[in-house]
Amino acid sequence: MSVDTATVKRVARLARIKVSEDEATRMTGELNAILGFVEQLDEVNIDGVEPMTSVVETTMKKRADGVTDGNKAADITKNAPASEDNFFMVPKVVE
Amino acid sequence: MTDLTKLTIAEAREGLKNKDYTSTELTEAFLGNIEQANGALNAYVAVTADKARQMAKASDDKLAKGEGGALEGIPLGIKDLFGTEGVHTQACSHILDGFKPAYESTVTANLWADGAVMLGKLNMDEFAMGSSNETSYYGDVINPWRKKGSNQDLVPGGSSGGSAAAVAARMCMGATATDTGGSIRQPAAFTGTVGIKPTYGRCSRWGVVAFASSLDQAGPIAHTVRDSAILLKSMASVDPKDTTSVDIEVPDYEAAIGKSVKGLKIGIPAEYRLDGMPGEIDELWQQGIAWLKDAGAEIVDIAMPHTKYALPAYYIVAPAEASSNLARYDGVRYGLRVPGKDIVEMYENTRAEGFGDEVKRRILIGTYVLSAGYYDAYYLKAQKVRTLIKRDFDLAWQNGVDAILTPATPSAAFGVADQDLHSDPVKMYLNDIFTVTVNMAGLPGISVPAGLSSEGLPLGLQLIGKPFDESTLFQVGQVIEDAAGSFEPEKWWG
Repeated sequence: MSVDTATVKRVARLARIKVSEDEATRMTGELNAILGFVEQLDEVNIDGVEPMTSVVETTMKKRADGVTDGNKAADITKNAPASEDNFFMVPKVVE
Repeated sequence: MTDLTKLTIAEAREGLKNKDYTSTELTEAFLGNIEQANGALNAYVAVTADKARQMAKASDDKLAKGEGGALEGIPLGIKDLFGTEGVHTQACSHILDGFKPAYESTVTANLWADGAVMLGKLNMDEFAMGSSNETSYYGDVINPWRKKGSNQDLVPGGSSGGSAAAVAARMCMGATATDTGGSIRQPAAFTGTVGIKPTYGRCSRWGVVAFASSLDQAGPIAHTVRDSAILLKSMASVDPKDTTSVDIEVPDYEAAIGKSVKGLKIGIPAEYRLDGMPGEIDELWQQGIAWLKDAGAEIVDIAMPHTKYALPAYYIVAPAEASSNLARYDGVRYGLRVPGKDIVEMYENTRAEGFGDEVKRRILIGTYVLSAGYYDAYYLKAQKVRTLIKRDFDLAWQNGVDAILTPATPSAAFGVADQDLHSDPVKMYLNDIFTVTVNMAGLPGISVPAGLSSEGLPLGLQLIGKPFDESTLFQVGQVIEDAAGSFEPEKWWG
């Protein structure tokens, strides 16, 4: 499978990364090189093979559904580029 | 007076206990080396000299009373991927500008609890994506090694290039690193140092910036097999904060060192012999086989028919998981924000400016393979291929193989800004061809320096072990180290 520049732009939009026309053209070539490389996997017979989920047999760890952490809003917003009263500030979303 | 920076961790541990010198003296010696070398090598992106002095002083107080943990007073460097409270933590990306976490990763917390001293944060490929440490926002790390009679700058490998270069150039006693496709073992091989990626689930991933969650593992880079065993013992733990942390007690890895390998079965997979591989890589491998045979190990040929599919499967799984993990960098919660006319344009501008080319490439590949209609054809298929890769290894273990010996990398360190490697992203990816199988199967792998190339550059051998059998890797690795000796770059910097 290969991608064209329109697909690269659509995927970049999905990934929320702005790309210029030049970048989209360059990336189309690079992405096709990678997609061409992974095409080798088509040779492998995977009939009846389960996808790998863990290295050793393990059961999913569970814990009680209780509050064990919290009350650190100031810590969480401390690194934000814009915050006020422990809220994240973003450009206006609703009119 | 002896140069304290030439000591191994095992030697310094004794010297500190015997009060031959203090942690403050040791720490000052390393801070001096960093000051002298970092301009040329760019291994550190943040030096925490004040914190290091405070930690060293606290260690000296404990040592004076005959107290202290397993790493009391030992100065270490920390890869920038590990969350360190109040200290530079940016995965060497522009998008995490100014980020200082309010928490400490479990791995580094374990090291500090055992008394280690933090010298600073180490350079790396951006978000651990790279094999040459040329994708860092903070610039290239330069390998302390040069070819005989050459002034050309070489790469230290990646993504833990800062960790490997800092250890090799004596800018720390040992370093933390992480390995998603070879990021501990490849730079260790390029710098003449020892690096081990433990079994997936051995070191907690809590507080470590995520790249590909089903592959990422932390491990140490150090000068000797014993030093890497000492560091891993401290870094590894069972952590309720990481659901993939496995409930198996951490053994005393040092106890395995020095044990005979007589009767151990070492597997040699022919699939690791590549067309066009330099002859000296194969010679190194044969030398390693001969050393282990001389030490009494039994050498057996094994078949790993799915080896060649590990790297293509990796370039689906790793970007897919990365695209999901890196979705959190949106200009809202931390780091860089680049304004736009609305919130969506703000996201797009922030991510366009904040991520470097390699990271963007991988996010786009990942987004594409996970997009509607492609999940089964790519991600699910790659996860099935992983099962087959793991099955190759399981068969070897079932046939009584104790460890597998392979080359660590298909070549020695290459030049900075190598045109051929930069012309096609896949060429750079091929650096991880021998290491990536281990991540895909979740197994432990160690790279041990084994010799020099004809141009005078270090080369490594890799040992692959059974799940949670790091001890056997240290046991066999020591035999290689004893036979090969140690390797020190000639000092040209500072």
